Amino acid sequence: MLEIKNLHVQLEEEDKQILKGVDLKIGAGEVHAIMGPNGSGKSTLSYVLSGKDGYEVTDGSATLEDVDLLDMDPEERAAAGLFLAFQYPVEIPGVGNMTFLRTAVNAQRKSRGEEEMSAGDFLKEVRARAKELKIDADMLKRPVNVGFSGGEKKRNEILQMAMLAPKMCVLDETDSGLDVDAMKLVSEGVNALRSEGRSFLVITHYQRLLDHIKPDVVHIMANGRIIKTGGPELALEVENNGYADILAEVS
Amino acid sequence: MALPQIKADATKDRLIGMAIPACGAWATTARQDALNRLIAMGLPHKRDEYWRYTDPALLVGTEVSPSDALRTDTPIFMDKDKVRLIFVDGVFDADASDDPTLEGVEITRLVDAQAADVHWAQGLYGQLETAGQNPVDRPLAIMNTAFATDGVCIHVTGKPSKPLHISYRQSSDASDVVLHHVVKLDAGTELTLLETGTPGARSNVVLEADVADNATLHHVRPQGRAHNRAVATHLFARVGTEATLKSFTLAMNGKMTRNEFVADIIGDDAVVHVGGVCVGDGKDFHHDDTVFITHDALNGESRQVFKKVLRNAATGVFQGKILVKAGAQKTDGYQISQSLLLDEDAQFLAKPELEIYADDVACSHGSTTGAIDETALFYLRSRGVPEQQATTLLTLAFLAEALDEIADEALAEELRDRLEGWLARHG
Repeated sequence: MLEIKNLHVQLEEEDKQILKGVDLKIGAGEVHAIMGPNGSGKSTLSYVLSGKDGYEVTDGSATLEDVDLLDMDPEERAAAGLFLAFQYPVEIPGVGNMTFLRTAVNAQRKSRGEEEMSAGDFLKEVRARAKELKIDADMLKRPVNVGFSGGEKKRNEILQMAMLAPKMCVLDETDSGLDVDAMKLVSEGVNALRSEGRSFLVITHYQRLLDHIKPDVVHIMANGRIIKTGGPELALEVENNGYADILAEVS
Repeated sequence: MALPQIKADATKDRLIGMAIPACGAWATTARQDALNRLIAMGLPHKRDEYWRYTDPALLVGTEVSPSDALRTDTPIFMDKDKVRLIFVDGVFDADASDDPTLEGVEITRLVDAQAADVHWAQGLYGQLETAGQNPVDRPLAIMNTAFATDGVCIHVTGKPSKPLHISYRQSSDASDVVLHHVVKLDAGTELTLLETGTPGARSNVVLEADVADNATLHHVRPQGRAHNRAVATHLFARVGTEATLKSFTLAMNGKMTRNEFVADIIGDDAVVHVGGVCVGDGKDFHHDDTVFITHDALNGESRQVFKKVLRNAATGVFQGKILVKAGAQKTDGYQISQSLLLDEDAQFLAKPELEIYADDVACSHGSTTGAIDETALFYLRSRGVPEQQATTLLTLAFLAEALDEIADEALAEELRDRLEGWLARHG
C-alpha cells in the first residue's frame, strides 16, 4: 500500500535536516504504529506524505500503490486515497461542517471521474456515520471545528475519514488532548474502518492508544530514522522503560 | 495656487454650459439653492482630506470614458416578484417598466413631481442632502441636487406586498447620468427597495430616505458589473423612533466607485445597519465606501460591516465614522472593515473614526487586512478540495458576515452565488 524509501527531508526555510533516510513499507489492511521521542520527525513524516508546504524532499521516495505521492498536490494525494487525521484540526470560521464534508467528498469523486453524491444520499450517509461517532446535528451545522472541544475535533476527523473512505490513513497523535472516554470513542471509530483494503499509520507518543487500536507492526523513530521495528510488544517496552534503552541499544 | 482657488476655478470650468433643468417653482428654488452652495463649496479635489484615498478626477471631469456595461451587466433577482422601475441611460422608461401601481406605495417620476407647483417631495428633495453636508462637504451630492435629470419619488403609506426594483440599463456606452430618488416612509410602514445595474458610463446617484417612526426600509444594491464605469452614490437617511434602515451594497468590478452613506438617527431605539462587499481584480479597480452615522437619540443601534476582496493591484478604501452626540446615551455602535488581499499588489486603505460626546455608550470598531489562511487552505486541500475551490470557499467564508446583513435570504443567496461565480472566474 504505502512504501517509503530512504526519505530525506529538510525544512525549506532553514538548512535543517529532519528526516534522514526513512524506510517503511505498509501492506494492504495492515496497521502500523510509529512511536518516538519529541522531535524525532514523526509529525514531519505525516506532513510530507500529505503535501504540506515548507518541506523539501532531498532524497528518497514515497509511493501509494506504486504511484509517486511526492509529485502530487495535496488534493491529488487525497483523491488517490491518502488521509491525514491532524494532530491539531483546523478551525474554519464561516464554512459549515456539512458544506465542507460534501465539498470534499464530491471534489474527490470528481477528480477520480466518479459521479458526485446527491444531496439526499450524502445526508443519509453523513447522519449514519455521525451517529456512530456520537456527533450531533448541531456539530454538523456549525462552522468546521469552531468551538469544538478537543474530543469533538478528533471525532470530526474520524467522521471525515469515514466519509472520504481513504485507502491509507495517517493518524498524527490522534490521542493528544483526549480523555479516556473520548479515546475509546475515537478508537472504536477507527477500528470500525479497518478492512482488508485499508491501511493505517498511527503516530503516537503513548502505548495507551495502541491498547484500543491494535497495531500489527510497531516502529520506533528517533533522529529522523526508524531505528527499530517489532510487534505490539515493542510499544509495551517503550511504555515500561522509555526510549532510553532502545536509543542506547541502537547507538 | 491655493486649493480653494484651484477648486473655484475647476468648478467654474466644469459648470460652463450646464443649466438647471426647467421645473416648477419649488424645485427650481431647491436646485438654484444647490447650485449656489456648489459654487461656494467647489467640486472635490484629490487634495481634500475627505478625498485623500480616492482621486475624484473621473467623477468630476468633463470627459466621460465609455463603459462596458452593455456587455457585462446581466439581469438579477429575476425570480423575485417585484415592481420594476427601469431607467435606460438615466431616463425613466415607462414602457419597459412594470405598472407602478402597488398598494401601500405612491410612485411619481421626479420630473413630474418637480413640474408640479406643490408636491410632498418638496419636503425632502435636497433637504437631507443639505443636512448631510455638515460636518463634511459632499459636493457631488450638491451637484446632483442641482442637475439631476430624472429619478423617482416613492411615498410609502403601508406595507406593499412586494419590493420596488429600480433597475438601471444602458443602450449607449457613453452616458453621463445624474439621478435623484426620494423615498418617504410614513410611520409604521415598510419597503424593500432593490437597486441594480450600471446607470451610465458615469453616474451620480443620490437617494434621500426619510424613515419615520416604526418604519422599516430594506435597501439591497448590487451595482453593475461594468469594468470601466465610474459611479458616485450618496444615500442620505433620517431615521426616526424605533425605525429600521438596512442597506447593503455589492460591487463587483468598476474602475471608480465612491459610495457614501450618511444616516442621522433622530429618534430613540432606532436601528441602522449598512453593509457592503466589493471584489476587485486589477489596477483599474478602485472602490471607496465612505460612511457617516450620527447618533442623536437614545438607545440607537448602528452597524457598519464592510468586506473587500482585492487582487492584482486593486484598491479598496473605507472611511467610516460613528458620531455620538451629547445625550445619545445607550448608543450601541459597531464598525468593522476588513480586506482580504489575494496577492501582495492589492491595497486597502482604511480610516475608521469614532467621535463620542455621551458617556454611557458602547462603540467598537475594527479594521483588518489579511491574506488567505494558509493553514485552513492546506486543511481543505488535504481533504481533496482543489486549491482554487478551497480559496473560493475561504473567501466566501470571509465575506459571510457582511452578507448576513441582508435580511432576505433569497436575495442574499443570489448575491452569494454571483460572488462565487466571480471568484471562480478570477481565481
